[in-house]
Amino acid sequence: MRTRWKAGADTVQCSSTGTRHRSRPLIIALLSDIHGNLEALEACLRHATNTGAERYAFLGDLVGYGADPQSVVDIVASYAARGAVVVKGNHDEAMVKTPRYMNESVRAVIDWTRGALSSDAKAFLAGMPLCVREEQMCFVHASAAAPERWDYVDSPAAAQRSVEAASTAYTFSGHVHDQELYTRGAVGKMIVFRPARGRPIPIGRHRPWLALVGSVGQPRDNNPAAAYAQFDTKEEKITFRRVPYDHFAAAQKIRAAGLPESIAYRVEKGI
Amino acid sequence: MTLASTISGRYAPGTELDGFRIGERIHSGAMGHIFRVTGRDTGFPTIMKVPRVGAGESGEGLISYETESMVLPALSGPHVPRFVASGSLAQTPYLVTEWVEGESLEQLLKRGPLSPEETARFGAALADAVHQLHLQDAIHLDLKPDNAIVKADGTVVLIDFGLAYHAHFPDLLAEEQRFAAGSTPYISPEQILGTRSDPRSDIFSLGAILYELATGKLPFGVPSTMAGLRDRLWLDPVPPRLRTPGIPPWLQEVILRCLEPRAEDRYQSAAHVAFDLRNPDQVALTERASKATQAGVLGQARRWWQARGGYALSQHAPKSQKSAAPIIMVAVDTMHPDDERQPALQRATAQLLSLSAEFRLICVSVIPAGPVTERAGESGSVSGAYLDHIVRLRHWVEPLHLPRRRLSLHVIESANPESALLEFARRNHVDLIVLGAPHPEQVRLAWWRSVASSVTANAHCSVHVVRVPERAGD
Repeated sequence: MRTRWKAGADTVQCSSTGTRHRSRPLIIALLSDIHGNLEALEACLRHATNTGAERYAFLGDLVGYGADPQSVVDIVASYAARGAVVVKGNHDEAMVKTPRYMNESVRAVIDWTRGALSSDAKAFLAGMPLCVREEQMCFVHASAAAPERWDYVDSPAAAQRSVEAASTAYTFSGHVHDQELYTRGAVGKMIVFRPARGRPIPIGRHRPWLALVGSVGQPRDNNPAAAYAQFDTKEEKITFRRVPYDHFAAAQKIRAAGLPESIAYRVEKGI
Repeated sequence: MTLASTISGRYAPGTELDGFRIGERIHSGAMGHIFRVTGRDTGFPTIMKVPRVGAGESGEGLISYETESMVLPALSGPHVPRFVASGSLAQTPYLVTEWVEGESLEQLLKRGPLSPEETARFGAALADAVHQLHLQDAIHLDLKPDNAIVKADGTVVLIDFGLAYHAHFPDLLAEEQRFAAGSTPYISPEQILGTRSDPRSDIFSLGAILYELATGKLPFGVPSTMAGLRDRLWLDPVPPRLRTPGIPPWLQEVILRCLEPRAEDRYQSAAHVAFDLRNPDQVALTERASKATQAGVLGQARRWWQARGGYALSQHAPKSQKSAAPIIMVAVDTMHPDDERQPALQRATAQLLSLSAEFRLICVSVIPAGPVTERAGESGSVSGAYLDHIVRLRHWVEPLHLPRRRLSLHVIESANPESALLEFARRNHVDLIVLGAPHPEQVRLAWWRSVASSVTANAHCSVHVVRVPERAGD
């Protein structure tokens, strides 16, 4: 089944792939906002494999900021070929379509990244869907209410709009680089929870859940460790992870590539 | 699904559900039903809690069930019932747990108020349980005599976590005002104002229970309106000693300190409450202890005025009880007061205390058990040696300039210092033991060597071993 949203001049596609996987794997690693950071991505993938992940979902912004966009796209494309879920982020879209607004350092980053990507990689990024629904799960980079607008899910009201549009028990997103978990509380309003790392949280499908899984390549909570999450589909539990990696090496590569110093500094400090 | 169909259908006695055989129904309340169940080889008796669900039900039962199903499996230890299994909320909601054999404090109270000694004993056991819960990042928020079961060995087990808060999970009851407040006679001012994440709320409820155990009366009655409920934000309760003259000042001090409307003015840790209830002679008495009347009209007006600003809503709730209010125990060798390790031990203790504002320091000296030779004045049971060492302890700690309520001094007579220290530390929820390491050449202090290593190896908590630095050439 394919769903279509009308969104201004653009037509946004949202694909549903409910029946593709016959033997449903148990643990899904949810990785978002890799932003061309190869060291962080490799560390998270190693961590996920070692802790039992059997499936992978990449929630957008594969590129932008980091020094290794081509390697990151190659890795994600190989996972996609083996059945991983991949959705598009605003930085991925910017590789083929100039965004409406951007500041100077972002423009410099986009220009550099375009030059660093092969045409195949750009085609792969352009071909990613904005949103994927699978059984009770909706994967989307920003808000499911209008994925192409890249609205931040940064309030209970925004989370409410996203889960209503998703109309699945689970919505997994990135874009906001923090790790947060929203659900509908006893009084019917959305409540927000900041999870502790490494603690499985029961998220039964009888109520809607929206998880912001954090950023692999550019965390901004004063902790440079890479962030991602794991969803155990059988136990109905989500675990938010932090993975330390060689962020100094990643920052050094950003400097060596001639990208703005402020970006290297962010990666170094986790800000 | 109606109540009748619930009971006669899936949960009818005799039926099987996920491997459990449902037995006798032992409770039916606003939140749901409780059945005895068998069928899994748990090694202890089990019960099944089933929430009220379906049309006509308020949803309270379901949300409490969901909260308890989330919190209870994350808890462990002797003060909570063991979790066995839970059913899918969407299909067959149920929660199977250990059935705790014992008598609730409510049943105990039916026989009338307890003596001060019994109040202290049961109160300390209850405080132990609350402290262990807080150490696991959970807050009960519905403490009442009904929810505290006293087992045959005197341990208290807390039950019913339907309104509990656990820092590791989203709080489904956030902003819930209708029923999440808990039981009106016992809940804290900040709970009334909507705060659910302050462990000191449980300390207030603990105080209300202690008040009831000691006097047979509730400190704030049973308010039925919101206005009546808010009274405790400013109204001070009738002093327990006014209701029951036999209550000693130290017990009134403990109870009223738990019942302070501002969370900052209460005990900051249930472990401190347990300690004071077990060591009445170490309770620092304030004007609370001698209070003989409620505040007068002017005093009440002042409290009311202060409460108008919502001061009871604490902005500075401690994130975790683990570090908020540590109990630090320092083992002082008063047999050798001039030993060169003493200044090093004092310095280390001062440094450790500077890390926390809400500590309690326990100074302990273990002296060899000896015959009681001298009778000390009127208290005929203590030996002269005991008093001598208390004086030495006080002298040892004086340079630290600690307020009385942060400090307690203990001399233990024992032939086995390491086990005396370990036992004392465990019983009093000590978070950190500080003691001196022996100097290699101190042959005559050889017994300390075994104490330091044995305590380090066997302590239930962290141990800080202080060593006098070796001098070059040693």
